[in-house]
Amino acid sequence: MKIKNKKKPRIIIMSGYGLNCEEETKFAFDWAGGSADIVHINDLIKKPKMLKEYQIMVFPGGFSYGDDTGSGKAYANKFKNHLSKELEEFLSHDTLLIGICNGFQIITNLGIVPGALTYNKNGKYIDRWVDLKPVGKSPWLKGIKNISLPIAHGEGRYIKEKKVKNLAVAFKYTKGEIYDFQNLESNPNGSESDIAGVLAYNGRVLGLMPHPERAMFFHQSPLWQTKKQKSRKIPKGGMSLQIFKNAINYFDKREAREGVISLTASESMSKHRNRYFKQ
Amino acid sequence: MISRIYVTEKGKVNFLYSYLLSHNFSREEILKIASALTNPILEEFSIDKFPDVGHPTSFTYAIEIGFKPGVTDNIAHTVKETIGDLLHLKENSFAVYTSKIYLIYKKIDRTGAEKIAFSLHNPLIERANIFNAKEIKKTKSLPDDVPEVFLKKSDLVIKIPLGLEDMELEKIGREGIMDDTNTRRGPLALDLPSMKAIRSYFSKKNRDPNDIEIEALAQTWSEHCKHTIFANPIDDIKDGLYKTYIKGATNEIRKKKGRNDFCVSVFSDNAGGIIFDKNYLITHKVETHNSPSALDPFGGAITGIVGVNRDTIGFGLGAKPVANTYGFCFGNPNDKKEYFKDKNLKQKMLLPKRIMEGVIKGINVGGNCSGIPTLSGFIKFDDRYRAKPMVFAGTVGLLPRKIGKKLLHEKKAETGGYIVVVGGRVGLDGIHGATFSSVAIDSNSPTSAVQIGDPITQKKLSDAIVKEARDMNLYNSITDNGAGGLSCSVAEMAKECGGAKVFLEKVPLKYPGLRPWEIWISESQERMTLSVPKKKWKRFYNLMQSRGVEAAVIGEFTNSGKVIVKYKGKVIMDIDMEFLHNGLPKHHLTTQPIIRTHLEPKILKHGSLTGILEKLLGKNNLRGFSFISEQYDHEVQASSVLKPLSGRGRINTDAQVFRPVLSSNRGVVLSEALYPSYSDINTYHMAACALDTAVRNAICAGGTMSHLALLDNFCWYSSNDPTRLAELKDAVKACYDYAVGYGTPFISGKDSMFNDFKGYDSKGDPVAISIPPTLLISAIGVMPDFYKAVSPEFKNTGDVIYLLGETYDELGGSEYYKMFGFVGNNVPKVNLEKNLKTYLALEKAIKKELIASAISVASGGLGITLAKACIGGMLGCNVSFAKVAKCCQSKALATSTEVKLFSESQGRILVSVSPKNIKQFEKTCIGVSYANYAKLGEVSRDGKVIITEGRNKIVETSVKKLHDIYHRFSKNI
Repeated sequence: MKIKNKKKPRIIIMSGYGLNCEEETKFAFDWAGGSADIVHINDLIKKPKMLKEYQIMVFPGGFSYGDDTGSGKAYANKFKNHLSKELEEFLSHDTLLIGICNGFQIITNLGIVPGALTYNKNGKYIDRWVDLKPVGKSPWLKGIKNISLPIAHGEGRYIKEKKVKNLAVAFKYTKGEIYDFQNLESNPNGSESDIAGVLAYNGRVLGLMPHPERAMFFHQSPLWQTKKQKSRKIPKGGMSLQIFKNAINYFDKREAREGVISLTASESMSKHRNRYFKQ
Repeated sequence: MISRIYVTEKGKVNFLYSYLLSHNFSREEILKIASALTNPILEEFSIDKFPDVGHPTSFTYAIEIGFKPGVTDNIAHTVKETIGDLLHLKENSFAVYTSKIYLIYKKIDRTGAEKIAFSLHNPLIERANIFNAKEIKKTKSLPDDVPEVFLKKSDLVIKIPLGLEDMELEKIGREGIMDDTNTRRGPLALDLPSMKAIRSYFSKKNRDPNDIEIEALAQTWSEHCKHTIFANPIDDIKDGLYKTYIKGATNEIRKKKGRNDFCVSVFSDNAGGIIFDKNYLITHKVETHNSPSALDPFGGAITGIVGVNRDTIGFGLGAKPVANTYGFCFGNPNDKKEYFKDKNLKQKMLLPKRIMEGVIKGINVGGNCSGIPTLSGFIKFDDRYRAKPMVFAGTVGLLPRKIGKKLLHEKKAETGGYIVVVGGRVGLDGIHGATFSSVAIDSNSPTSAVQIGDPITQKKLSDAIVKEARDMNLYNSITDNGAGGLSCSVAEMAKECGGAKVFLEKVPLKYPGLRPWEIWISESQERMTLSVPKKKWKRFYNLMQSRGVEAAVIGEFTNSGKVIVKYKGKVIMDIDMEFLHNGLPKHHLTTQPIIRTHLEPKILKHGSLTGILEKLLGKNNLRGFSFISEQYDHEVQASSVLKPLSGRGRINTDAQVFRPVLSSNRGVVLSEALYPSYSDINTYHMAACALDTAVRNAICAGGTMSHLALLDNFCWYSSNDPTRLAELKDAVKACYDYAVGYGTPFISGKDSMFNDFKGYDSKGDPVAISIPPTLLISAIGVMPDFYKAVSPEFKNTGDVIYLLGETYDELGGSEYYKMFGFVGNNVPKVNLEKNLKTYLALEKAIKKELIASAISVASGGLGITLAKACIGGMLGCNVSFAKVAKCCQSKALATSTEVKLFSESQGRILVSVSPKNIKQFEKTCIGVSYANYAKLGEVSRDGKVIITEGRNKIVETSVKKLHDIYHRFSKNI
């Protein structure tokens, strides 16, 4: 695994055991200007220090362990049983982490974002587009206004954790372009308070059920054919590309702003990391 | 020790999860395990004590549903892994059995509970235990019965003397080898000449065959594997239907295309492969999984879809699955008539609704869990699919053309290379699957023929192969273990080098006690067979190990000209490759033509045409099925361009477009078509219409005639009957005629020739139900720029609506006639020359981006197509039918209004064009020497759907009403 471009923020995308959105998620991060690697969980278990080379960690969508024993549970257990120390260490730095769909279910089971996800209110798996309203403050959400993304899940109903006060919500299901277009329920899974995504660690960690990587291109939207008829020139990028760019910019800008790393470089920081930040 | 962990959701509980553990753990460890299996925000656990649930009202019965011994329990696999990790165990010396416990709150008696239990499980693979609430109160927990498999050790290999009377020989072929328990092992589907060929082969060898040898020959020679009906000479067609007409068409087209030939690997591999661009190939394969789906709809469908995924992984050196397709033909879901397999009315066939629900769920779990978008599909209904549903499952794959200098579509097992099996373990599941699907369903159908798929085991395997091992060049051949299990996959690969030697005891088993013949032919799922060079084995093994995939060496490829199987040092199978693959006696098939005529329908005066159109739109073959499209993930891999549901009104699309390589603008278009109802009149025209429609659907979405390939799936019935064979010959002939005419080669196909059911009704009277001859034609095409794709729904008010193509009085076999209980005779016929010109003109117009919407006119005719285009855009239309008949001088042209509305004439496309593009569009259509178009009217803003003919308003309704009718079934299911 070589660093293709040392300047690019590095992204680790977890894979294995039925996670399945890693390739398109990598495409999105790379397109946004990052350098993403897909790493099998067993390879990370074998070389846990590898994690220090990355600034952004991703739990992508999928069907880890086929949702057996509850979605995200078994993968989270595996991660916890082998890598909890490393994860804690990763999050103690100024890093970013995102869990998408099954990845969101995994990070709730890991306990790094509050709440839980359970069966959709009608008990059915559903794949369709929804409208979202950003509500929280987070590097991930910079400049994001109302946005439409697809969901595809059977267990996406968000349940709040009672003991958590001041829950940092990232996205809420709302009525927008898709609602106007297809006139479908705005909160299709019955999530509490219409919550589609939440934040933790001061907004550095984002977990969400909808799939931003499935809306990075304009042609992925159900409205693209209609919009294409209205205007000849259509963009390549889709609504959600900004989310990925935000993550990359967070490091690019920080680097520009800080010049030299101002984070107290913990002793355990790897050479790679130091090299990256100190250039 | 045995412990039971119950996990329940907080709040009102309708069911519990139960994990039964047979173990040596401490109490503390069990507690740790229980915590790991519980999400504390949502759930609670209880150990060895039935949890305190059901307040305030108590439940009356608890019904526990678990798997029967030996059936794959996927959840148990996961739990085992979790426990292993949690306690850092090196070896798994414990067992896990999972079940789901449903609580019934209704006041019912035991009979009532039994009824509910029956609806909750499939006795073929699952067990149901019913407990009274009072019992549970007394015992505090459910009994700890561990569903372990105990196999009685019996003679491992038995000799089968074949010096028998013909009748006895025939009986072995039909019902199977007599076991030492005096029961038959299940059908071999070997007829008398085949049995005699086997006898003479072994008498030349001066010995009696072993059971495993006969079982292996039965698998390799099965209709399912050898496609004997398509391969055998028929009438004066010496080379058989397949070689002459299907492969023949492809060869002819390829030759004609010369340098523009896009076929790369056709008919020789597990799927067909064509060029995508200079870097990639795209593959397609469509399978049927009919017989298993009739017995266990969920299991049958899931193994169908994950099985065809493996065909893709087994194409060349391993293609990555990038899209799934499906197709269902079911009986009427309201049909409640009961049928039985046996005369004693003990083995009840499942009802159509149950089959439908199970099959839909099977494709859901199989596709969604595998991370493959399920893009394209259809659902059809006919009472004759009542006993045997048709379940089609297809997969499109993507394969780099080269790595270095190595062409990835080529493979070759090498002498001296290891035979390696990766993936799932072998159990008794799926014994006699290949031979079973080659015969009709009756009371002899084996229950062990059913398998359960585990998409996650396969996903791990698939990722390890197509995303890693392939590109590391760790193996030189690969194939799927499907029908016939190892016996077929090893024998098939042995052809590449000339022989194989297998040590059967090295095959990883699910449980001990399997006999060698069972190991050899078992169809346990999620396995691939590979040829791994000895020096690469270690790297290969380590990679698989680190990906959680089991891999084992079970033998060696040789050039001995034989397949030799040893078990614990003893040779138990020794058959020449030549006999194994070519020893099957040829039959000369003969046909007897049949002409079917039906009553000419007289449809009496019947309300308004508006009413009829609305009623027809609600019919089960024409209404929408968004409830299926929406529960299948069709956007994973981020490749979606034209989705299964389109527009404001979410109509089901007839063709879909996706982008398999995210950095390329090339798109892949998929479509399919079938007209089983036309088979009642004429199978030649049935096949022609299916082919024409599949092609037309693809072109409407933006496909190109020059880069479009086809797949055939023939599902026939009673294929021993010369009249059925005549119908088959006609259909295959049509495939040839039209494929060659359009220049669209066949690249892959599959057949299922005996879709018959012979059983009894509830009175014990014999019943036979056979499907209508069904031919599914699937199309796959490559378009250079997917941004040019066109969706079917109307887009803008004021756009002008055109009909391309001609309308004839061709209501025979139509949905319209069917609604009134008629078949008719004037089945649609395909005019190849005219249609080709129309399609080329449309292709040109789409390329120039002149078209706002294009939708193929098919089942239900122009009326239904107009309705769908309106619903899709949630826009009205104002059209006149005056010109529909005037576009040509031909005699048999449409006359009556009903014909214009509902005739299913082929070659027609409904398009809408923005006013600014009209001139250019019309020029494009006239520009070619011949292409008919008729200007029908305009897309309107007010949502009113109005069709006039002269001064008469023949249809007047609203798009909102049509939308509600179209979606009613999906909404209420």
